[in-house]
Amino acid sequence: MTIDPVNFTAILAMGVLTYMTRILGFLIADRLPKSGPVRVALDALPPAVLVAVVAPIVLSGPIEAVAGLAVLLLALRLPLMATVVVGVGVAALLRLAFL
Amino acid sequence: MTTPLADFRAGLVAVFPTVVAVIPFGLILGQQATVKGLTVAEILAMSSIVFAGSSQLIAVGLWSMPAPVAALALMALLVNLRHVLMGASLSGKIAHFGRLRYLAAYLMTDESWALSERRAVDKPVSRTFYFTVALSLFFFWQVSSVLGALFGAYLEHPETYGLDFTFPAIFIALALGFWKGARRTGPVLAASAVVAVAVHATVPGAWYVIAGALAGITAAVVTAPREVSAIAEETAP
Repeated sequence: MTIDPVNFTAILAMGVLTYMTRILGFLIADRLPKSGPVRVALDALPPAVLVAVVAPIVLSGPIEAVAGLAVLLLALRLPLMATVVVGVGVAALLRLAFL
Repeated sequence: MTTPLADFRAGLVAVFPTVVAVIPFGLILGQQATVKGLTVAEILAMSSIVFAGSSQLIAVGLWSMPAPVAALALMALLVNLRHVLMGASLSGKIAHFGRLRYLAAYLMTDESWALSERRAVDKPVSRTFYFTVALSLFFFWQVSSVLGALFGAYLEHPETYGLDFTFPAIFIALALGFWKGARRTGPVLAASAVVAVAVHATVPGAWYVIAGALAGITAAVVTAPREVSAIAEETAP
């Protein structure tokens, strides 16, 4: 259970910069307007970020694309947990079958 | 109104699938970090101080001895820049937290942020809800990355079981929760997806998340209904 000083410096530097990215949004948000284009942009942000994270993963291969489509359709009907379990199952089955 | 107990239970229900998703991710991180020669104490320090999964996994990939401090720090900054946009969006929804906002920011991850934004669509985000979600994720992130470091040798090819698909599945399902009709949300999702995929294919690093998110919100502003634009003009200085 030892900590190397250089490793710890790197961890601390990563941590400080990561906290800055986290708090900066909170601090500038107070100065942002409550309506208008900036508000429209902020309201659209959650789905925009989620899709930006997911789209390259889903389009990285045919199995991911099929499993992604399955999740999309399931999510319209099932609660989150069931959607995730079935989606993961579809991905695992496709990999067993084709890889 | 909701009671703290009801919010606590709602938080547990909401966070459960993401905890299930975080555990294999943390196991992989811990296992990869020991391969690079990091000690269990260092892995626990990183998971608790940085507490940002994708940047930690990339950091472990870049790690060498002695640690390339500047490169690791810059990478963490770039990979986590999306937090600025996320925090700006979440801030108003947890404005009533007071000074606890500084702790809330420290614990904000993709998962706790997405679940809180989703909660805010239907109900106010209470302290109880937020910290139930965020602290559960924090706790299981520490436990799983340490367990991964201790027992990682037994963990091979988790992708065989489809476990790596847990995160995309959660995020797709959550994204649908923000659907406000094809006219309002369609352009946002399309622009975000197209730009994210294009940037991911052409630009190294994590810029694709920022690029896709910016494209999505630009599409929202450009295609916003008229009445919204009219309000914007009235309130403009």
